[in-house]
Amino acid sequence: MSELTAIYYIWRRELIRFSRSKSRIIGSLAMPFFFLAIIGTGLGSVVTVANGSYLDFMAPGILAMVVLFGSIFSGVIVIMDRQFGFLKETMVAPVRRTSIVIGKALGGATTAVIQGLLMLGIAMLLGAHIEMVDILPAVALMFMVSVMFVSLGIAIASTMEDMQGFQLVMNFLVMPMFFLSGALFPLTTAPDPIRWLSYINPMTYVVEALRYLLTGTSTMPIAVSGGILGFSLVLSVLLATWLFNRIES
Amino acid sequence: MQRTEGVNAIEVEGLTKRFGALAAVDNVSLTISNGEIFGLLGPNGAGKTTLISMLVTMKRPTAGHAKVNGYDVQKQADKVRESIGIVFQDSSLDEELTAYENLELHGAMYNMDRKEAEARIKEVIKMVELEDRLHHIVKTFSGGMRRRLEIARGLLHCPDVLFLDEPTIGLDPQTRQHIWSYIKKMQKERGITIVITTHYMDEADLLCDRVAIIDHGKIIALDKSSALKDSLGGDILSIETPCSDKLKEAFGKLAWVGEAKCHDGSLTLRVTKGEQRIPVLMEIARKKGIAVESVSLHKPTLDDVFLHYTGKTIREEEVSPNESLRARVASRRRSG
Ligand SMILES: Nc1ncnc2c1ncn2[C@@H]1O[C@H](COP(=O)(O)OP(=O)(O)OP(=O)(O)O)[C@@H](O)[C@H]1O
Ligand SMILES: [Mg+2]
Repeated sequence: MSELTAIYYIWRRELIRFSRSKSRIIGSLAMPFFFLAIIGTGLGSVVTVANGSYLDFMAPGILAMVVLFGSIFSGVIVIMDRQFGFLKETMVAPVRRTSIVIGKALGGATTAVIQGLLMLGIAMLLGAHIEMVDILPAVALMFMVSVMFVSLGIAIASTMEDMQGFQLVMNFLVMPMFFLSGALFPLTTAPDPIRWLSYINPMTYVVEALRYLLTGTSTMPIAVSGGILGFSLVLSVLLATWLFNRIES
Repeated sequence: MQRTEGVNAIEVEGLTKRFGALAAVDNVSLTISNGEIFGLLGPNGAGKTTLISMLVTMKRPTAGHAKVNGYDVQKQADKVRESIGIVFQDSSLDEELTAYENLELHGAMYNMDRKEAEARIKEVIKMVELEDRLHHIVKTFSGGMRRRLEIARGLLHCPDVLFLDEPTIGLDPQTRQHIWSYIKKMQKERGITIVITTHYMDEADLLCDRVAIIDHGKIIALDKSSALKDSLGGDILSIETPCSDKLKEAFGKLAWVGEAKCHDGSLTLRVTKGEQRIPVLMEIARKKGIAVESVSLHKPTLDDVFLHYTGKTIREEEVSPNESLRARVASRRRSG
């Protein structure tokens, strides 16, 4: 019971902090917006993908991007908590570290899904075809995926001392994850090395699953992408808990 | 929260923390009983914060054992965490949240009942005089206001053992006094045990039942502050006179005069119960026909104890090899 209360308040803290930083919300949507508005519509006139417009093909990929960036950032806030000292307060509190990780993961996921929904609205305004009935399943998937990525962020942050490392993570992990996910181009026609790399990238399955839920078509069955994501989710939460538990500040 | 009677609040044995080659805490053993106010004094880098970090389960000891409230800090960290409260030396507030939200989150993490938490928040925020800032974001607070909020938060859940690492640093004297009287009251009413580190020697002297002086990770003195002061061998009398050598010869023979030293134009003596000795000494001087211009008496303070054991004054820039100057600095600070 007390652990649940603690989880609730930690979840709420993430939301309060998110709602107070307008620049974070705008900043997180700016790049995906430009991708979709410029590349999506610009390439749309020359490229056709499978059975639909390029914008329709790209929208789920960009949505996945918003969720990925937003979630990783939420997780990495642990580094800032450490720098500003708040981490110490949570470290000596009589709350299980697992509960802290869960509260943070749920809070970060909630904010990532809010960003995802905003992006979904933008995509629809730009002319992407998305059915209303598909939104709810997509939100559920986004939430699950966010928990996974926030946990990954927490796991990474637990091993870092300061925000300098964050740039490395963005450049050498998050950006490649995005570009190697089939968010921007179909993987079926991509060169072999890229295809193989994409198969070990959890982000690929996020894009596949979202594309399936929003457009009804994908290159792999939802059972496969969903199954792999479920497995990755458990793995990343365990990893985050383990590494967060080892923090000694 | 129940506490097992008769169990010492803190038991430390052979506790050591190494950072590479440096032993920040070096084989420390001590026992603090329930309800005691215990002071940890030491120069910068002595290992005070590191020692506390291990006691509050934040750092893992390299060697040795520690029990807080009867629980082992390594094997029963959860139990220890339930027993303690801490005000960290460095800020640990969430600056993006309001004062209230910080306190509320703390209450939730410490498993406080909502109503009880509400009432306690009102009480502690009043104690630190931040009522009108309760719903302001911490980022907008001044340094002293943050410190006060931090203290309020540490006291919110009424712990069994309270650790205060330089709690009142940077606070004005009235606020400090106010906070100390609240903590004293809380300690009396609830019998909590308090471990503090402070660089304010007068504070430590006044508040602590016992103090430990720690340097280079080792405890080099531990006792009641009065006993530590007595251990210095008594008061210092400075006598200004044109014929200090003659006077030294006369006084040096007395059994109760400890050390006697001549400086140009003055003589310093170590004596016990200085105030009672002055008339006797003056009588002797008068009989010998030696003129005395002035006499001053300096009672040892915790500053002197600190200096004696660590070779450092609390403020490094005041270090001086000249004993009488040191004594004067100390007495000026005491009266000022
Ligand atoms: N994480 C760390 N890594 C390496 N060395 C450390 C670490 N933390 C502390 N130290 C070293 O351990 C020693 C003791 O530090 P500590 O913070 O315990 O001192 P302190 O007595 O609290 O000093 P102060 O009065 O300045 O607060 C110092 O020499 C410090 O440099
Ligand atoms: Mg310290």
